[in-house]
Formats: sequence, structure tokens, C-alpha cells
Amino acid sequence: MLWLLKPETLPEKFAVMILAILLFALVMGLVLAVVDRPKLPKWVPVAGYLGPAVLLITFGLLWPGMLTIKNSFFSRTGADFVGLENYVRIFTDETFVTVIINTLLWVAFVPTIATALGLVYAVLVDRTRVEKFAKTLIFLPMAISMVGASIIWKFVYEYKPASQPQIGLMNQVMVWLGLEPQQWLLNPPLNTFMLIMVMIWIQAGFAMTVLSAAIKAIPDEIIEAAKVDGVTGMKLFWWVTVPSVRPAIVVVLTTIAMGTLKAFDVVYTMTGGNFNTSIIANEFYIQSFNQGQPQIGAALAVILFVMIAPIIIYNVRQMRISEGER
Amino acid sequence: MSLDTRVETPRKLTRKEQRAVDSKTRLSSPAASIIAVLIAIFWTVPTAGLLITSFRPAADVRRTGWWTVFVDPEFTTKNYVDVLGTSNVADSFFNSFIITIPAVLIPIMLALLAAYAFAWIDFRGRNALFAFVFALQVVPIQVTLIPLLSQYVQWGLDGTFWTVWLSHTIFGLPLAIFLLHNFMKEIPRSLIEAARVDGAGHVRVFFQVLLPLLVPAIASFAIFQFLWVWNDLLVALVFAGPEYSPITRVIATLSGSFGSRWYLLAAGAFVSMVVPMVVFLSLQRYFVRGLLAGGVKG
Repeated sequence: MLWLLKPETLPEKFAVMILAILLFALVMGLVLAVVDRPKLPKWVPVAGYLGPAVLLITFGLLWPGMLTIKNSFFSRTGADFVGLENYVRIFTDETFVTVIINTLLWVAFVPTIATALGLVYAVLVDRTRVEKFAKTLIFLPMAISMVGASIIWKFVYEYKPASQPQIGLMNQVMVWLGLEPQQWLLNPPLNTFMLIMVMIWIQAGFAMTVLSAAIKAIPDEIIEAAKVDGVTGMKLFWWVTVPSVRPAIVVVLTTIAMGTLKAFDVVYTMTGGNFNTSIIANEFYIQSFNQGQPQIGAALAVILFVMIAPIIIYNVRQMRISEGER
Repeated sequence: MSLDTRVETPRKLTRKEQRAVDSKTRLSSPAASIIAVLIAIFWTVPTAGLLITSFRPAADVRRTGWWTVFVDPEFTTKNYVDVLGTSNVADSFFNSFIITIPAVLIPIMLALLAAYAFAWIDFRGRNALFAFVFALQVVPIQVTLIPLLSQYVQWGLDGTFWTVWLSHTIFGLPLAIFLLHNFMKEIPRSLIEAARVDGAGHVRVFFQVLLPLLVPAIASFAIFQFLWVWNDLLVALVFAGPEYSPITRVIATLSGSFGSRWYLLAAGAFVSMVVPMVVFLSLQRYFVRGLLAGGVKG
């Protein structure tokens, strides 16, 4: 039975996969067959339908989340209660302070610039002949992995000494402009902004799609009324379009902010967090799994959670408000 | 292409045309077009550069920039042959499928059942329980990883496909339940009630009445979950054993170890990206619909 846990060949792996799916279908089928018998008390079907999902969420999200919060107040082995010591270390140690500052830079720049670019682009291509194609171009980075996007950009940033021909586009542009090629990913604080650019590149498509739908939902009457009053061009954009899609802008900003806080793939793939580029999500991974400091990792994860929670709450309240308006 | 549909309603046509004309007058200023084109270039050229590189001979990649192909075109598929032969790239490509397929099917099924109960079965504490599930979207998965991993180690299941499937299922559930519940709520109550009056049990209502109507919603979430699992790095790094690594993890590792062998890294990156790109481009419609349901309507 060992191959069920440790399949070695490809056919074995696929066999395990099919078996897992069949097993799942069988268990679910049994549960449904039991709870669907007539004249059972009402809680039986409810438990049958909700039970598996609620159990899994409790086991996999709630319970480990609470354990991590607890662990963040304990020593490395988990034996001694240390109060706020782990947090104090994070907020006083120079390396960790850099990590926090970087995270704040990310969360300040990625959502705002990605949303602004997405909005401008959505307005510019709205109702043009090439709209669908133009939107797919911006949208495509959302389909590929952040790892893939990171490699695409690492190649753009590739550096060769000035004496050799450049193979990275960015440095070739520098050469064409008569400037010195740069080590884009090595020199802080520039390198953090280079990474932020990659995240903006990934996220702008999401902003554009949601905002484009919001723009299309602006009632014709509003636009026409503005036109009658002689509002056109930039003024129309600032005084009619932007206020009309304001709820959508808030949702996009907050959603991207959450995604940015959680994402560690870009930093992990491009610099590994070296050269002062680490952010909390990446530092969590390094401390927990490479440095053997799970208590610091736990505290970092809790900080991440504390940063994300208010954004989600605000997001939900905004959605309630915008739904009420409709 | 949408011209045909507009012709049917003459009044709307004039309005829409009017607006199209208006939008032209306000936007076809040269500056606006230039900005749009610049953004489009910025969003496509990096990808195009790496794609071209993946088809260039290794020696050329090392010596010259990819833009020189326009004066000196020379292409090869050798990089792809090489990278698929290297270490574990081909294996990991299949691992990605083995991880992704159950990790999409299982949460959909579980979430459909839960969303059905939330939407169509009245029971006490329903709203509180739904709020609980919704609220757990707040939890960043980082918070859960170490306790989950120690639990898996205790069970002796760490590093297997089973824990990777289980983890992806758990992490996908809150959003899945939430999205599917939103879609399910939109189905008219009368339809469900008619079937119930006819004596259909919950299971029959679910499979015969609801499921066919929910196909687009399921497709939306399925694409989300597919892209999320296929593109995931963190869960794979923490829970998958080295021999079961998906391709993202292998490519991320190669990015460090291949150093300057860009011809291989470029080809490897595109091997990892081709599947999500095909899925995305062929099912874009459903993806956008899901995005709008989850992102705007809440």
C-alpha cells in the first residue's frame, strides 16, 4: 500500500489521483444517500451538506490560525511563554524594520499605481474597435504564475557590464539613451521599486477588468447630461467617470492591497529576499522554513493578518454601501 | 462583431453610436492614443522578449539581445527539448496536472453542497455560520502553514499528494462557497419550491434543477481555482515532497540555479505558462464573470 502515499512512476501517480477522486465521490455519495432519506430531523441534511466544508475550514483555517497566534507569544521550541518578545524583536531589529518598510512601500504603490493604470487604460480603450484585443493584452499577466512573471522581468532587468552587449531590455534602453547599465536588482532601495513594478504589471489587468465593467455600467443619461453642460475630455474623466466608479475603485484598491500583502512569489523568485528586498510574506517563509525561527515566522504571519483584516472589513462595508446605492 | 445585436434596437443604436462617436471625440486625441499604446507595449514586450529568447540558439542568447532577431532571425526548438530533458521539468509538468485536477474538483463539489444548504435550506444559525465561513477568507494562508504541516507530519502524510490536495481544498473553500452561494441565490425561489412540492428531495433538486443552471458559475470558479492551484508556489513549497513538486516550484528553483542559462530558463518558463494561458484564453468569458461576481458584487 506504500505506493498510495509514495507513488514513484507516472502511471502510479495518475492512479493515485483517480483513486483519490473516486474515493471522494464515494464518500460524498454515501453522505448524500444517508441524509436524503425522508422523515429525518432537519439537522441531518444540514449536517450532511455543510458538515464536510465547515469541518475542513475549522480544521485547516480556524484552528491552525489560532495555534499560530498562540505560538507567536512563545519561544522557539514552544515551551516558554515570552509575551511580546518576538514582536519586539521584529519592530526593533534593523533587518526586520527594513522588511516592514518594504511591505509598506509595496502596499502603498502597487494598489494605487495598478488601479490608476487600469482605470486610464479601461477608459482609453472603452468602445474602440480593438477593445477586446487590447484588454486581453493587459489581462494576460493575470493568467500566468507570479513565478513566470518574475522570470519574464528578471530577464528584462538582466545586467551585463558596459563593455559587453546587453541582453536585458532595460539596460539596452539605458545604453541607447547613452547611460550606464545598472544592476537593477542589487542596489537598494531601487531594487524594491523594480520588484514593485513587476507586481503592478501582474495586478493592473484585474483593476482594468473590474473598472471597465463599472465604466460600462454608468447610465447614458449621466454622460449625456454632462455633455449638454459642456463637460468633455479630462473634465469628464475627473468629474463624471471617476466619481461614478468610485465604489469599484475602492474594491479594486483593497483587493489588490490584500493580494500584495499575501504574495511572496515575486520576491522569492527574483531576489530571494536578499539585498534588502524582503517583505513580510517572504520573510515569514524564510524565518519559518529556512532559518528555523518558527516563532518569528508566526509573529510575522500574525502581523500580516492584522494588516489584512481591516482592509477586508473595510472592503465588505464598502460593498454593502455600494449595493445599497444600487 | 457585436454590431448585429445593436441593429435590432434602433433607438439604442443611435444612443450607443452617439456615445461611441463621443468617446472618439474625447479620446482619439493623439496623446490619449499614445498613452494607450505605450501601456499596451509595456505589458506585452517583456513576455514577447522571453518567448523569442526561448526559441533562439543558446549561443545567440548569451551574446546578443532578443531584439536582434529582427535583423538576424535564427530559431530553434532545441531549448525546449533540452529543458524537458533536464532534471525534473517534465515530471513536474505532470505533477502539476496531478495536483491541480483533484484540487479543483473536490472543493467545487464540497462548496456546491455547502452553498446549497446556505441558500436553500432554512435552519437556525444559518446567517451566523455563513458569516463564519465568509470571515475566514480574511485568514492569510501563511498563518495556517506551520500548524498544518506539523499535523500532517504527525499523521505521517507529509510530503504526499494527499496533503497538497487537502490543503488546496481547504484554502479554496471560503471563496468557492461565497461565489457559488452568490450565483445560487439568483436562481428564482419558485423553481426550487415547485420541485420540492412535487416531492423531490434535496439531492434531486440539487442535481436535476440547480446543477444545470449553475454550469457557468461552476466554470467561473473552476477557472479561478485551476489558475490559483496551477500557479501556486507557497503551498507547493511547504507541503509537496521534492519528487511531487509542481512545475512552478521547479522553475522557481531553476531561476536561482540556472543563473545565466537564459535559453533554458526561458523555455522552462513557457512550458509552465502554456497551460494556464490556453485555459485562460479559451475560457476568458467565464473568468471575467467570476471576477466581477467576486470582486465587485461581493
